Amino acid sequence: MSDALHLLEPSFRSYLEQALDLAARRADQAEVYASESLVTPVIFEANRLKLIETKETRAVALRVVVDGRVGLASSSRLGQPATLVDDALAVAGLGAAVQYQLPGPQPLPALQLWHADAADWSSAAMVQAGQGMIDALRTENADLLCEAHLGKSQATTALLNSQGVTAAYRRTAVFGSLSANWIRGTDMLDVWEGDASPKLDLDFSALAERVLQRIRQAARTAPAPKGQLPVIFTPKAAADTLLGAVGSAFNGKMVLQGASPLAGRLGEQAFDRRLSLYDDPHAAAGVASCPVDDEGVATGRLPLIEAGQIRAFYYDLQTASLASAASTGHGQRGVGSLPAPGLTNLVFAPGDTSLEEMLAAVGKGLLVDQTMGAWAGNTLAGEFSGNVHLGYLVEGGEIVGRVKDTMVAGNVIQALNDLLAVGDQAVWVGGAVQAPYLAFASLGVASKA
Amino acid sequence: MRDRITEALKGHQGDYLEIRVEEAESTSIRYRGRELEEVGRSESLGGSVRALVNGAWGFASFNNVEQLGRYAALAVEQARLVGGGDERMAEAPAVDAVAPATLRRDPRQVSLEVKKALLDEYNRILWGRSAKVQTTVVRYHDAFRRQWFANSDGAYLVQEWSDLTGSFLAVARDGNDVQQAFMSVGSADDYGVMEGLHDQVADVADQAEALLRAKPVRGGTYTVVVDPALAGVFVHEAFGHLSEADHVHENPRLRELMVLGKRFGPPELNIYDGAALPGHRGSYLYDDEGVAAQITPLVQDGILVGRLHSRATAARMGEQPTGNARAISYRHRPLVRMTNTYLDAGPASPDEMFAGIKEGVYVIRSLGGQTSMEMFTFSAAKAFMIRDGQLAEQVRNVNLSGNLFETLLNIEAIGSDLTWRPEGGGCGKGGQSPLAVGIGGPHVRIRQVVVGGE
Repeated sequence: MSDALHLLEPSFRSYLEQALDLAARRADQAEVYASESLVTPVIFEANRLKLIETKETRAVALRVVVDGRVGLASSSRLGQPATLVDDALAVAGLGAAVQYQLPGPQPLPALQLWHADAADWSSAAMVQAGQGMIDALRTENADLLCEAHLGKSQATTALLNSQGVTAAYRRTAVFGSLSANWIRGTDMLDVWEGDASPKLDLDFSALAERVLQRIRQAARTAPAPKGQLPVIFTPKAAADTLLGAVGSAFNGKMVLQGASPLAGRLGEQAFDRRLSLYDDPHAAAGVASCPVDDEGVATGRLPLIEAGQIRAFYYDLQTASLASAASTGHGQRGVGSLPAPGLTNLVFAPGDTSLEEMLAAVGKGLLVDQTMGAWAGNTLAGEFSGNVHLGYLVEGGEIVGRVKDTMVAGNVIQALNDLLAVGDQAVWVGGAVQAPYLAFASLGVASKA
Repeated sequence: MRDRITEALKGHQGDYLEIRVEEAESTSIRYRGRELEEVGRSESLGGSVRALVNGAWGFASFNNVEQLGRYAALAVEQARLVGGGDERMAEAPAVDAVAPATLRRDPRQVSLEVKKALLDEYNRILWGRSAKVQTTVVRYHDAFRRQWFANSDGAYLVQEWSDLTGSFLAVARDGNDVQQAFMSVGSADDYGVMEGLHDQVADVADQAEALLRAKPVRGGTYTVVVDPALAGVFVHEAFGHLSEADHVHENPRLRELMVLGKRFGPPELNIYDGAALPGHRGSYLYDDEGVAAQITPLVQDGILVGRLHSRATAARMGEQPTGNARAISYRHRPLVRMTNTYLDAGPASPDEMFAGIKEGVYVIRSLGGQTSMEMFTFSAAKAFMIRDGQLAEQVRNVNLSGNLFETLLNIEAIGSDLTWRPEGGGCGKGGQSPLAVGIGGPHVRIRQVVVGGE
């Protein structure tokens, strides 16, 4: 780690070292956080390649602590390091009182985050993969209007502080998403799927096939049920609709403030015994993996729920110091803000029920794949209420047809303690969540019918 | 800067090339709980180049503005790699102008000390209202941007924008029940919107406590009356996005559904969008393609009469650009976006709104909304049941959903009380969020709205 900064361009590295050096002389503690990224997507619209992009970013944040008060300044201008230091010190005069100490050097796990096959993935190959997916969809259904985004990202993160930390790592990711729009009369269907991975191992044919399967299942419309019903969430729906509220409930800051419904309940058997949930910053297939968090604390796998029991909350340095806890290595930030507790790769352990058994167990109910607007409610308490943008009536163990004009509502925290079944396969959704199918015993279903 | 940008535009083979360079500065303050949590200052400098070659696009964004020529060449090369297409730009006058921000009260002239003291005062109000208040979040953010824009048609523009937002969240708790109430303000040109909010801030704390007592709404189909603030979100979600031409221009079936002249609502329904309306968060003089802002009628007398365009969507549809090409920053290409969207006043007096409703829901302000091209949703910040034409008990977890092609036709009454509320939120599309927009509307009554719940 002695020369971790060799990953940076010399002039950028020199800027960071100068900023830290100047700040450390004038502040009690100082920290420089920098990120550089290169993202190159190819974009298909209306079934055709439309655009190729390159997005380069480079920015730096300086945190200083002076007389127990913290200041932050950030810049992508990268003019004089002294300007950044002056800004941070000026803000610190008015800043929040803090008690934490920035960490010193620690042994960091050796993770394989950079993959040459991802970095070398050419635009021409992306175009070919995207065209292949669209062709697969349109061969089966020529009325589909498709969009696809495929690309790669290459990012370097560097962290230097006055306690002697000099860390940097770089990681790759490839991503591909596909959506299809099918209009019949005024009836509209939109199906999307997306995958991401640190290396070039995405299966684009399988991705296209998932979209096609959802479209086939939606060929028929079924009467929407209503009332308290069993509802299955696909891994995608669980990740997009439910896990944000779960993440918030385990956030040390929400717990500390009493804003989490789990506050004061550490060790409690709050969830179904079939549930186990981890944050895993070392997952080989996760795009959010990192050896160190965004304030220099070494990362490690953190059990949040084990067999239904609340095992831990996740912390950054500042929240941990207020909560008399230790940072769990979950300080995350953008360049423009101080670190806050954040998750990396959220991993839901699989259960023991196949999808067929799950559909049979539901009797009459819903299978939900896409929701809309469910994020806009009282997510702190775990409450959600969203339009079933893509969902199906399940009856007699079968997917009968698509339901429309339907909403699904409930409380995630309570619903995860009232499960019908947990799917036997956890799949990666979008590269940073791994989840199985989840069948809830009873959620509120409202419909126009 | 003019010389550097025009120099970089020279010599490239393409149908069209544009360069943006942008510098920005921002300040943010956040209280969480009883204490100040963060004060930050940020500055940025960056640019982007967009190139159209043989009818296909290339785009490059960057922070290193010393190398404009290299990125221009990169954007052209990427456009060429696409291998041709049928994109083109509609004609637009090549503007040569300087458009400085005109501020009523410039937030940059107010010291950080003064801003912090005001937030501290508001935070203490939140804490002082109820012992049930468990935590609070009070945020302030202001930003000032200056952009240099030039294109291969000969346009050259220097434009400035300012934006500020304040938001207030109170969380109340009773046992395992956690409820939150939220309010925001925003302005493009006036720090004054942050001042004198004492009563509204107190109401946020009161609301959080009141929600602990409110019962969740029972799911079902209701007649709904929306207040002016929510009517603005309603018209944005339930119609505005569908009027953005990039959703329809290459979708033949959607074009048929959105054909001009088609009836979308009752004869009292009029909807407009326009950045040329001064003084709102979506106001500007020129869009991010250098096209002059205007006010575009979208629905008049219930009939679809217009839509929002960039130069590319206007060319494809054979219509005129409307000055709605916007990017949240230099990092992104312009998309067709709304500016200030409003549902115009109608004939109904406020007390007619509730008359004759046996069982309905009155919804006040919004926590957010979303749309697909067919369905929309939005959630209410505050809601009451309506029984026999009278306001009844408060309810919570009110999230509404409807079909874009049916719901406007289900409007039963449009109030005369058009109001622009300076909301602090923003609009998201294509990975670009939050974009400052203005929304306005009167009280509106709509039948057959699906409300989620148990």
